[in-house]
Amino acid sequence: MSEVNQLKEKKTSTFKDVVKSNMRNYSIYIMLGVILFGFAIPTHGVNLSPRNITNLFIQNSYILILAVGMVMVIVIGNIDLSVGSVTAFAGAIGAILYNAGIGLFATILLTIIVGMIIGAFQGYWIAYVRIPAFIVTLAGMNLFRGLTYILTNVTPITPHDDTFKQVAIGCVSPEFLRITHMVQKGAKTVEKDFHLLPLIVGVIAVLLIIYIGFRGRNKKKKYGFHMLPVGFFILKMFVLSAIIMLLSIQFARYRGIPIVFIILLLAVAIYTFITKNTVFGRYIYAVGGNAKSAKLSGINSENVEFLVHIIMGAFCGLAGIIFTAYMNSALPDAGNLFELEAIASTFIGGASASGGIGTIIGAIMGGLILGIIKNGMSLQNIGANWQYVVKALVLLLAVWYDIYTRKKSGTI
Amino acid sequence: MSDYILEVDNLTKTFPGVTALDNVNFKVKRGEIHCLCGENGAGKSTLMKVVSGVLPHDSYEGKILLKGKETNYKTVKDSETDRVAIIHQELALSPYLSIYENIFLGHIKTKLGIINWNNLIIESRKFLEKVGLNENPETIVSKMGVGKQQLVEIARALSKDVELLILDEPTSSLNDVESEQLLKLILELKEEGITCIMISHKLNEIMEIADSITVLRDGKTIVSYNTKKENVTEDIIIQGMVGRDMTHRYPEKNHKVEDKIVMEVENWYVYHPEYPDYAVVENASFYVKKGEILAFCGPMGAGRTELMMSLFGKAYGSHCKGKLKLNGDEVHFHTPKDAIERGLGYVSEDRKELGLILIQTVKDNISNSSLKLLSRFGVINNHKEYMEALKYKKALNIRTPSIEQIINNLSGGNQQKVVLSRCLLADPEIFIVDEPTRGIDVGAKYEIYCILNDLVKNGKSVIMISSEMPEAIGMADRIYVMNEGIIKGELSAAEATQEKIMTIALQKGENI
Repeated sequence: MSEVNQLKEKKTSTFKDVVKSNMRNYSIYIMLGVILFGFAIPTHGVNLSPRNITNLFIQNSYILILAVGMVMVIVIGNIDLSVGSVTAFAGAIGAILYNAGIGLFATILLTIIVGMIIGAFQGYWIAYVRIPAFIVTLAGMNLFRGLTYILTNVTPITPHDDTFKQVAIGCVSPEFLRITHMVQKGAKTVEKDFHLLPLIVGVIAVLLIIYIGFRGRNKKKKYGFHMLPVGFFILKMFVLSAIIMLLSIQFARYRGIPIVFIILLLAVAIYTFITKNTVFGRYIYAVGGNAKSAKLSGINSENVEFLVHIIMGAFCGLAGIIFTAYMNSALPDAGNLFELEAIASTFIGGASASGGIGTIIGAIMGGLILGIIKNGMSLQNIGANWQYVVKALVLLLAVWYDIYTRKKSGTI
Repeated sequence: MSDYILEVDNLTKTFPGVTALDNVNFKVKRGEIHCLCGENGAGKSTLMKVVSGVLPHDSYEGKILLKGKETNYKTVKDSETDRVAIIHQELALSPYLSIYENIFLGHIKTKLGIINWNNLIIESRKFLEKVGLNENPETIVSKMGVGKQQLVEIARALSKDVELLILDEPTSSLNDVESEQLLKLILELKEEGITCIMISHKLNEIMEIADSITVLRDGKTIVSYNTKKENVTEDIIIQGMVGRDMTHRYPEKNHKVEDKIVMEVENWYVYHPEYPDYAVVENASFYVKKGEILAFCGPMGAGRTELMMSLFGKAYGSHCKGKLKLNGDEVHFHTPKDAIERGLGYVSEDRKELGLILIQTVKDNISNSSLKLLSRFGVINNHKEYMEALKYKKALNIRTPSIEQIINNLSGGNQQKVVLSRCLLADPEIFIVDEPTRGIDVGAKYEIYCILNDLVKNGKSVIMISSEMPEAIGMADRIYVMNEGIIKGELSAAEATQEKIMTIALQKGENI
C-alpha cells in the first residue's frame, strides 16, 4: 500500500524537483552552451559564424570519432593509448591504397578493416592473455608509430588527386537545391549560395524527434512508467529542435552539410543504439561494472572486451582516413596526442575511470567542449601554450564537478 | 560522571530517498556489552557509523553524547581521539602489510619522524597476547584466515587504548569455533572495563553475552531490554525485529523428492588457482534428485564453494577433473555461460564482489543473465525487460522505490533477492545457492526459504551451501558434510542433528 503511494508521489514531482534531479544529466549541455556563447563575446560572434561552425566540426571530427570508440573502452574498464599511432598508421595505409588506384570507397573500407585487425591484435593480448590494456596499448603506441615511420619512409604521402580530401572538407549540397543571391561586400558585389538541403534535413529531423518523443511518452504513460512532467518535456523538445534548426541554418549559409558531420552522426547514432539497446551493449556495461559478477552471470567477458577493442580499431581506421584527407597528406607524425584528447573527452563527458559508467553522447559533448575552447582561443590568436593550460583546467574542473554531484546524489 | 558512556538523542539521518534513522534514542551503560539487533536495513550500521564519525557531524539531526559531552566528529579520526573504535563488517586491514604494521597503521609512534620498527614489533606482541592470537607479528595479513584477521582488528583497536568498541557483525564470516573464541574475548574485554556495542544477526550469540539488547526496526528504536532484570528469549527479540510473531523459522516442507537423478558428480578434483598442484577438493562424488533440496555443511574453508564454482563452468580453480553428468549425460563446461545454458544456476555467497553490479539498477541486475531471452536479433525488448523485472520485484517482495534504483542503495536482504531474481529469470533446473541467507535478517531469510521451497515444489532441484547447521537441518532433504576438501559423509534430513554433522566433519579418515 505504502509503495503505491510512493509511486504516486514520484509521478507528481514538482518542476523544481525535476530540474534539480536532472541537473546532473543536463549540466554538460549547459556547460557546452555557456562556453560556446561565452566565446562569442570576445570574438564578436565570429565563432558562431556559418564558416566557423562548419570548421569546428571538420577540425574536430577525427577526435570526436576516436572519442566515440574510446568511451566504450573506458566503460569496460580499459584504456587505449595507441589510438594516435594507429590513426597515423591507418592514415598512411589509406593514402597508399588510394594511390594504388583502388578507388575511394574500397580504400575507406580496407583501411577500416586494417584498423579492426590492429584492434583484434591488441584485443587478443588484453582479453585472452590478460595483459593490462595500459601495457598492451603502450606497446601498441610505440609499435604503430614505428611502423608508420617505416611505411612512410618518414616523408608525407600525398593522395594522387583531390577527391580524397573531400572526405574531410567536402560538404553535401545538390545543385538544384541552391539559391544564388548577391551580397554587398565592401565595394564589390559577390555571388553567394544559400543551400537548401541542410534546412530540409533539419526540418525533417525536428519533426521526427517530436514524433518519436511523443510516441515514447505515450507508451510510458500507457504502462505507467516514470516520466518527465509535461512542461519539462516540452522545454526539452524545444531546446533540442532549436539547436538542430540553428545548426542547419548555419550549414545552409555556408556550404551545405559537411560530409564528416554525416559520418559522425551515423557513427554516434549506430553505436549509441548498440550500447543502449542491444545485448552486446548491455554486456559492455555489465563487464565494466563488475567483471567477476558478469562472468558468473554467464557473460563471456573476454569476448566482449575483444570486440570493444576491435570496434575501437575500426574507429581508428576511420579517423585515419579523415585526418589524412583533412591534411591532404598522410603525415608520419599524424595523430600525435590524439589518444589523450579522446580520453579527456570521455572523462569530461562523465565516464568513470573505474569503468561501468559513460555514454557516447557524453564523450561527444566532452570532445566538442575541448574543440570549442581550442577554436575560440585560436580565433583570438591565443597560442597553443595557453590552450593546453585551459584544456587541463577544464578537464580537472569537469571531473571534479562530476564527482561532487554524484557524491551529493548518493550514487557513489 | 554520567552512568552512560553513550547517549543518542532523537537522531535522524536521511540518505537521498530514504530515511535511515528516524528519531532514534539509544543509551549504552559504561562497561556493558550492548547488542544491537534488527533486520537488514533497520539502520543498525548507519547508527554506528554516525556514532563513530564515519558519517560526519553535520549530516544528521539530533544529539550524540559521549561520556556526557556532545560529540562533533568530522571524521573517524576525531572519534578515535575520544577512544571510540569501530570494526566494520568488511574488515579494513591493508592486506599486503604485516600484522604489526596493521596494528599501528594510522597512529604510528615516531621519534622525530623516524619509526623504530623493532619497538613496534615488541609492542604489538602485547596486544596479540591480549586477543589470544598466537602468530608472528611479521606475518602478512592476507595469508591468515578471516577469523585471525578479525583478531588483528581488535588488537588494533586495543592499541588505540579504546574505551568504547563497536563491532559490526564480527562473527558473520567466522566458523563456530572462531566465533566462540571471539565472544570469549569480548567478555574478557568487558572485565577490563571496555564497553562493547555489537551488531549481530546471530541470536544465540546475543543471548550468550549481552547485558542489554536494543532492537531497531525501520530506523526506529523499538525496545530495549536489560537481560539481567528481564527474562528475554530469542522469540521476543525476533518478534521485535520483524514486528510480528515468528513461530516457525523455517517454512513447512510439503514437496516430494522424485527418484530421478538430475545431476551426478563422480570423483571430482579441483586445483588451487595459484598452486596448480594443490587439490582444494579431492575425489568428491555426489548426486542430486529432481525436486530435492540438498545441503552442503561444513566449516569455512571446507571447499564447498570451490567445489560448486568449479562445477559451474570452471568459475574457480586452475583446472579440475572428474565426471559431471546432467540427466545421465556427461557434460563439459568451459565457462559459466555453458553451465547456464545447460540449466545450472549459481547464486554466489559474495553478493558485492561476485553477485551484483553495484553501480547498475535493480532492473539491469535482474536481467543480465537472461538478455538473450529478452531480445530479438540482439536488440533488447526494453518493455519486456521492464515488465519481467517488475514481476520479480513483486513476487519476491524486493523493497525498493523503483526498479530503476541503483542497487548499492538497497539493504543486504533485498540485494540478495535481486541476485535470486536474476537466477530465477534465467530459469535453471538446478539452483546452486551459496550461503543464501548470509548477513540478512530473519524476515528476509524466511522469505528466501519459501522461494527455495517453491522451486523444488515445481520440480527444480536446489543445492544449498550453508554454514548455519540449523538452517541446513531445517531446510534440506539430504545433507552432505564436507571438511578439508573432502566429502566426509551423508545424512538424511530425518537423522541429521548438529552434533552428528559436527562429528562427521571432524572425524579423521578417508572420504566415503
